Amino acid sequence: MIRKLGLLFAIASIIGMAACGSGGTNNPTSAVTSVSVSCSPTTVPSGGTSQCSATVSGTGNFSTAVAWSASAGSISSTGLLTAPMVTTTLVDTVTATSTQNTSVAGTANVTVNPTSSSSNVAPITVDAGPAGLGYIATNVAFVTITVCVPGTSNCQNIDHVTVDTGSSGLRLLPTSSGGELSLSLPQENDSNGNPLAECLVFLDGYIWGPVQTADVTIAGESASNIPVQLIIPSTSSPGVPQSCSDQNPSGGNGNEGNSLSDFGANGIIGVGLFQQDCGPGCTNLNGSPPPVYYECTSSGCNPTFATLAQQLPNPVSTFAADNNGVLIQLPAVPDGGSSTVNGSLIFGIGTQANNGLGSATVYPVPDSGSNAGDIVTTFNGTQYQGFVDSGSNGLFFLDSSVAGVPATCTGDLTSWYCPTTSPDNLMASNQGQSTSGPVGTPVQTNFSIESAQTLFSGSNTAFSTLGGPLSDTFDWGLSFFYGRNMFTAIENMSSPGGTGPYFAF
Amino acid sequence: MRLLALRRCTLRIQAAVALTAMLLPLSCWATLGDNAASVMNNQAQMKGTLISVDHQRYVLHEITTPSGAKIREYVSPAGAVFAVAWEGQFAPNFEQLLGPYYQQVQQAMAQQKAAQQSGDQQPTRRRRGPVYVATSGIVFEQSGHLRSFHGQAYIPQLVPQGVKASDIR
Repeated sequence: MIRKLGLLFAIASIIGMAACGSGGTNNPTSAVTSVSVSCSPTTVPSGGTSQCSATVSGTGNFSTAVAWSASAGSISSTGLLTAPMVTTTLVDTVTATSTQNTSVAGTANVTVNPTSSSSNVAPITVDAGPAGLGYIATNVAFVTITVCVPGTSNCQNIDHVTVDTGSSGLRLLPTSSGGELSLSLPQENDSNGNPLAECLVFLDGYIWGPVQTADVTIAGESASNIPVQLIIPSTSSPGVPQSCSDQNPSGGNGNEGNSLSDFGANGIIGVGLFQQDCGPGCTNLNGSPPPVYYECTSSGCNPTFATLAQQLPNPVSTFAADNNGVLIQLPAVPDGGSSTVNGSLIFGIGTQANNGLGSATVYPVPDSGSNAGDIVTTFNGTQYQGFVDSGSNGLFFLDSSVAGVPATCTGDLTSWYCPTTSPDNLMASNQGQSTSGPVGTPVQTNFSIESAQTLFSGSNTAFSTLGGPLSDTFDWGLSFFYGRNMFTAIENMSSPGGTGPYFAF
Repeated sequence: MRLLALRRCTLRIQAAVALTAMLLPLSCWATLGDNAASVMNNQAQMKGTLISVDHQRYVLHEITTPSGAKIREYVSPAGAVFAVAWEGQFAPNFEQLLGPYYQQVQQAMAQQKAAQQSGDQQPTRRRRGPVYVATSGIVFEQSGHLRSFHGQAYIPQLVPQGVKASDIR
């Protein structure tokens, strides 16, 4: 942006003539008095870009034209700086020189930080959960993120955000739900200019709330101006449409946004297989909108189409780099569990020295259809749909009516396994699949189940041997992640394991 | 197994029901606990392909919608819909699919949650992930993840002799 400050007063022409006399420029009635420069952002990663602008002041009919130069990297004629690749922090000085009077110039500094191997690593903690939870979180992987009002430095750190490979998109609990988010974020509107809201159905509950926009930073990675969802309680406005709650087995009681203890975290960051949470199924390619995105007017909220750009993105796929997937690295957890576990959420697959596939096996999964995102798990000679989900807190598979499956606990713990011989050592095999069936060679996986009654008797929060019944599918939840490199590759993004979506472990 | 009827019927949707059928892609199939006639009644509300297979102890009707969602309905020799199963990108509308049994599922879910919260196990632990509730009146399960839901529900008292729970999937 170049602004001309017209300073017209009596001596302008005299100064202008003096300038003409000394500088020999082309306009005898004008002079440039100063050039100031500003750049945004003022800190960029190695090879990043910053847009700079000059304000030229002068008298008379002076020229606002400037010539750009930078002490390092390159800069375009419009002031777009491309920083150099650096291995240590460097201060890049950008200069704008008046073309009318080359002795008048302004400068600004842009700090260029190296993209060190740690800039794509966000620490994961498996612990008892956020303060005020009211119970001890079990097998939940938490990270801290930074959320900002788009384009501003009005930001807030949010801790205890659940890492979920089973969904895509960032969703946050505001203080009205007992969460941490107190920033006021701008509302996203639909194509008619009306506010968008979303109903997201999980297996064991649903969340509801407006779609807003934010800048999101995690580790050294940034997602700019992306749609995110607020998770609001049933008492807030807009109210929950019945077509939303009816998609959940808990009905209206299943709103997990009612309190911090209902949701169990300050938010959830979906870093799963897909670039958007809903994808083509919510666009107008389909006959009518499913009850996922809602258009809210004074008469209420009704399902509406949402373009891919309007939908919540997987934040990772919007990063400038390290955007083809994630690696979750958690240390092994011994039988009996651990009180806390520290690990890493590493962005990118094969993009840096710290996220190579190594010896991991790639398990391709369908990107659409009834088995979208599923692998094939074989147990006792029978094939089941399987999936890898850090947002599930155990190994959920079959039930004791199937030969070789542990006994279900009694009393208050009937949703967990309590094998009589503990640990109960089991075996299954996994392979990838396409829309037409299993692909690749089955790879054997050994796992153990311990009695939940024993595991829960103390205050441990991380368990590799926690499991529970489920009659039809294999859910490889967070228990399965400990001691493994677990890769989740995003659809349509290329990586050393091929084009996503796939899991690799 | 005898192929009872292999009908690939792309049904013409009446305007009045079209909106409902499309809004609730999994919702317009027969309701759990209904009689077999409801299969035919509700057939007209779905736009998809139907395959019916006689498994001797029950008849399985499977409908596939244009979006790829599937609803499977299990009808006993006595003519009752004793089980339903579903898979697709979205969860079904349970109020319509489960009918009066939806309330039973909600109650069972609420009881399970209450038991976890008031249990003698200290501290309280919560299962996060697939849903599995089993009472004498209803067994309900749903698993999967965003973009892929699988589930089934059945009424134990109506399950014909010789049919195993693992047959319903």
